[in-house]
Amino acid sequence: MTTDVKAIGHPSPAPWLAAAAAGLAIWAALYSQLVPFSQWLVSLLPLARESRLGEAIAFFFYDVPKVLLLLTLVVFAMGVVRTFFSPERTRALLAGRREGVGNVMAACLGIVTPFCSCSAVPLFIGFVSAGVPLGVTFSFLIAAPMVNEIALGLLFALLGWKVALTYLGFGLGIAIMAGWVIGRLKLEAWLEPWVLTIHAGVATLPDRTQTWPDRIRAGLEAVREIVGRVWYWIIAGIAAGAMIHGYAPEELLASIMGREAWWSVPAAVVIGIPMYSNAAGIIPVVEALLGKGAALGTVLAFMMSVIALSLPEMIILRKVLSLKLIAVFVGVVGTGILAVGFLFNILFA
Amino acid sequence: MKDVKVLGPGCARCDRAVTMVKDAAAKAGVDVTVEKVTDYAAIAGYGIASTPGIVIDGKVVHAGGLPKPDDLARWISG
Repeated sequence: MTTDVKAIGHPSPAPWLAAAAAGLAIWAALYSQLVPFSQWLVSLLPLARESRLGEAIAFFFYDVPKVLLLLTLVVFAMGVVRTFFSPERTRALLAGRREGVGNVMAACLGIVTPFCSCSAVPLFIGFVSAGVPLGVTFSFLIAAPMVNEIALGLLFALLGWKVALTYLGFGLGIAIMAGWVIGRLKLEAWLEPWVLTIHAGVATLPDRTQTWPDRIRAGLEAVREIVGRVWYWIIAGIAAGAMIHGYAPEELLASIMGREAWWSVPAAVVIGIPMYSNAAGIIPVVEALLGKGAALGTVLAFMMSVIALSLPEMIILRKVLSLKLIAVFVGVVGTGILAVGFLFNILFA
Repeated sequence: MKDVKVLGPGCARCDRAVTMVKDAAAKAGVDVTVEKVTDYAAIAGYGIASTPGIVIDGKVVHAGGLPKPDDLARWISG
């Protein structure tokens, strides 16, 4: 019986690795042909390249394939990396961890631990009842949605690796600090009462055997699921970005979202909270706004607010957190985002 | 008769897990009762941190994402 399972469960990894290498080669070939391809497409249209519509269309046809290609690569890589982690293993790593070190670990694990938003409540209870400190749990819950592969992939594709890395750094920073602050406030009593009564043990799961073909398959599955879910957002976002690129008046935008308008940072955070879009729809717009003179800190604050402080997530968490605790969560994370926005506008002046 | 519980608040993936369990049981010719557990407190009681979770005859065999069909077949007939 066991040999049978082995024979089914462990096919030779060679064809899979070869296929993955071939896939990467095709990817690289496609990527290198992006500029000629987009120019060729636009040249087919009866439009002057210099006209406003021509500008907008050229922008669109270059950005859509570029973003989709880069996003596919990042999502695939993240899908493979995530097979090395699981929420249960992360919980074991964090249980009983001191604050400080625990917050840093939780924020970093938040990026690589596979976790879907419908798991937020079980994860929260699972962590807290297994002895992960509340503040450490929050560090995880803030980092996980904020520093996601869609945001990183798109920032990388549209604004370059420096902005993507800075976003990663500041996103982690906010998750660590906000979790630490919430931990120091000792708000365990503000959890919904039933949460505290659960003293579930920790389930011992049978070890999952993961082979390289499994991991590659998980990466492909992530691409199918995530890119399949967000591609139309990206096209809509890039279309909106292209319109801004071709038509929006520069002086107006710069005066509203430029560096001189200090109030635009808090305004961006407040406007971002009720908005629920994913990074896929927002980032192309952000890129176009930047091109029109909006300040980087302001648009990053907007992005972080849209992604990390979402109303649907709060409604889910309301099942385990009291309103007071949710208010503290929004306040602490919002303050962190504000700080990042202002800091960016000063640093990148 | 095996008693299978699928733990999850009712997301699309949890429903797919239920379908997978039923299919695997039918294929293996094993009699099962499949129950969906959607109550958060009940889910938490099993000590998992991610959903969907699968419990067979009281024992947690899987948590988080969809199980591999091979593994599922093994748990069902094991």
